Amino acid sequence: MDTDLKPFLQRILNEIRKSSAVALWFMFLTFPIMVMKVNPLDKTLKWRWMNMVYVGIGAFFLSFIWRYLLERKEMGAAKDEAETWQKRAGKLIRSDKRISIPCTVGLIIFAVSFPFLFSSYQTSIMITALMYVMLGLGLNIVVGLAGLLDLGYVAFYAVGAYFYALMNHHFGLGFWVALPLAGGLAATFGILLGFPVLRLRGDYLAIVTLGFGEIIRLILENWNELSYGPSGIAGISRPATFGINLTLQQHMIYLYYIMICLVIFTMLVVSRLRNSRIGRAWIALREDEVACQAMGIDKTKTKLTAFALGATWAGFVGCILAAKTTFINPASFTFMESAMILSIVVLGGMGSIVGVVVGAFILILLPEYLRAFSQYRMLAFGASMVLIMVFRPQGIISGIRQRYEFHKGLSKGEAL
Amino acid sequence: MTATMPVLDIRGLTMDFGGLRALDNISIQVNKGEIVALIGPNGAGKTTFFNCITGMYEPTKGDMIIAPPGKAEQRLNKLKPNIVTAHGLARTFQNIRLFQRMTVLENVMVARHCRTFSGIAGAILRDKRTQREENDMVEFSYKMLEKVGLSRYVNELAHELPYGAQRRLEIARAMATEPFLLLLDEPAAGMNPKETSELDQLITKIRNEEGIAILLIEHDMKLVMSISERIYVLDYGQMIAHGTPKEVSDNPDVIKAYLGEAFDA
Repeated sequence: MDTDLKPFLQRILNEIRKSSAVALWFMFLTFPIMVMKVNPLDKTLKWRWMNMVYVGIGAFFLSFIWRYLLERKEMGAAKDEAETWQKRAGKLIRSDKRISIPCTVGLIIFAVSFPFLFSSYQTSIMITALMYVMLGLGLNIVVGLAGLLDLGYVAFYAVGAYFYALMNHHFGLGFWVALPLAGGLAATFGILLGFPVLRLRGDYLAIVTLGFGEIIRLILENWNELSYGPSGIAGISRPATFGINLTLQQHMIYLYYIMICLVIFTMLVVSRLRNSRIGRAWIALREDEVACQAMGIDKTKTKLTAFALGATWAGFVGCILAAKTTFINPASFTFMESAMILSIVVLGGMGSIVGVVVGAFILILLPEYLRAFSQYRMLAFGASMVLIMVFRPQGIISGIRQRYEFHKGLSKGEAL
Repeated sequence: MTATMPVLDIRGLTMDFGGLRALDNISIQVNKGEIVALIGPNGAGKTTFFNCITGMYEPTKGDMIIAPPGKAEQRLNKLKPNIVTAHGLARTFQNIRLFQRMTVLENVMVARHCRTFSGIAGAILRDKRTQREENDMVEFSYKMLEKVGLSRYVNELAHELPYGAQRRLEIARAMATEPFLLLLDEPAAGMNPKETSELDQLITKIRNEEGIAILLIEHDMKLVMSISERIYVLDYGQMIAHGTPKEVSDNPDVIKAYLGEAFDA
């Protein structure tokens, strides 16, 4: 009896000790922000000791839950569960027509009626989210498929935006002409960046691309003759409506539908690329560079196509940004943007299209809707990212490869 | 006479890493449809030799010439690995290098890259030609998997395969590039006796059915002696012997290299 109870009690004691340590640590960490309150006008200092107690109790209990979940994850239970959950849900939606058709129709109806159901503020946020979906899908080609860590993706975004802004400002070039050209120019810049970094991998590549992103921003900030410096370019035309006069609100709705079409187009293109000869070469490059070359794949060409095609989407979205806000300046193209887009890809699931879409919606919409909690907004945002990365490092939805079915010598590809 | 010309002709290959001479004046010939083994103790320079031929290292000295059946002679010096593969030399790796998170079929399909042509536009538009090429690629890769006995694993991810199956997948992947010479780097490493004897049959089958030459590095002497027609022995970058399995196993230098000097005398 005694011998049975002893290890159990010891374990409980151990757990309590660990949690107490965590609680103490958090009480110490949050002391300056949660306990002290300085009023600079009265020059008084208010001590809120109760907050310290709340933090302590909260951290004590949360650390139990945290360790329990970690343990479960290490046992592999949580991971397998999530994996099969994803597989099962995916299979159900795809294979069962009774579910897949209403789901798709519902989604389409919702997407189409969105601007009429919600305010133009909501529509505007949704346009931003859709823009990040496109950016995420573009970066997904470079990072998710080809495995090239690019921290300067925002540079191509800036190239697209400034191309349209300048062309519109100087030559009155319209949105619809500028859109494909912006993509093309960004692709050219992608190749320009690609050449010097061909030999680099991993951390080194990340640092050089980071530098490239900063160079582009600094050029835009300082080359006043070209970019009008930090004051930016204003009065950029909205997308042409072919002779129909629209109010500002209607313009927003118009742009919303343009974005929906472009996002569908992007998803189609990326999903086709992913399961093509080029796409497989990208993934092979990501998985093993040496073996990839030994199997007859030209490393140079493969890397450059990945950089160029990834950059193209950033160019498109840059052009849209300029048309949406009608004003751009270098402040919109800081490293934060690159980090945001990268977070979307990593959080959503590298190489997964649906994952990136979900990731973009979470990362863009969550901070917007958390405005109610204003001061804790970024805290919640950061905490949710840490949680997802700890418990689901492969991203919310992991990339699934195409399956093939073989029967009677006939092959049939079934896209997943 | 072109009929007797070796498909792979290496003359005086030397490879220096700084002050270390990893390969010293090595000459090796492989004829059409022949199984040749390259053996030697650890660190003898066998894998370095493979890396030189396949363009991963640039040798310090020497000529590497291939004569693919029905094609013109080609010097391999200073060619990139992917070009060497396109010329018809395919290899496997000592420490398995599969594309882990791709399916088994896709691993083989990647190897079809240098024999197919569709580009970005084809991938996006999915025109008739691309579709046909894609279907042919799937068909071809599947047949390759059937050949090495992996057809039931098509949709599994490569890293989920059992060890022996991963080795065979590497061979299938190399075969999918349609080589005239297959370079196998320790294909039996880490295999149990049953898997090794299956591998023996597979290598012989590939040679007989496809008529391609095979050059293999191997430590498993039973396998080497049973399948190879000729053997080259390397030790500390030097070629110490070559000949038939019988000649090599009787060679005193080879015995010395493997077992060390005799105690008496």
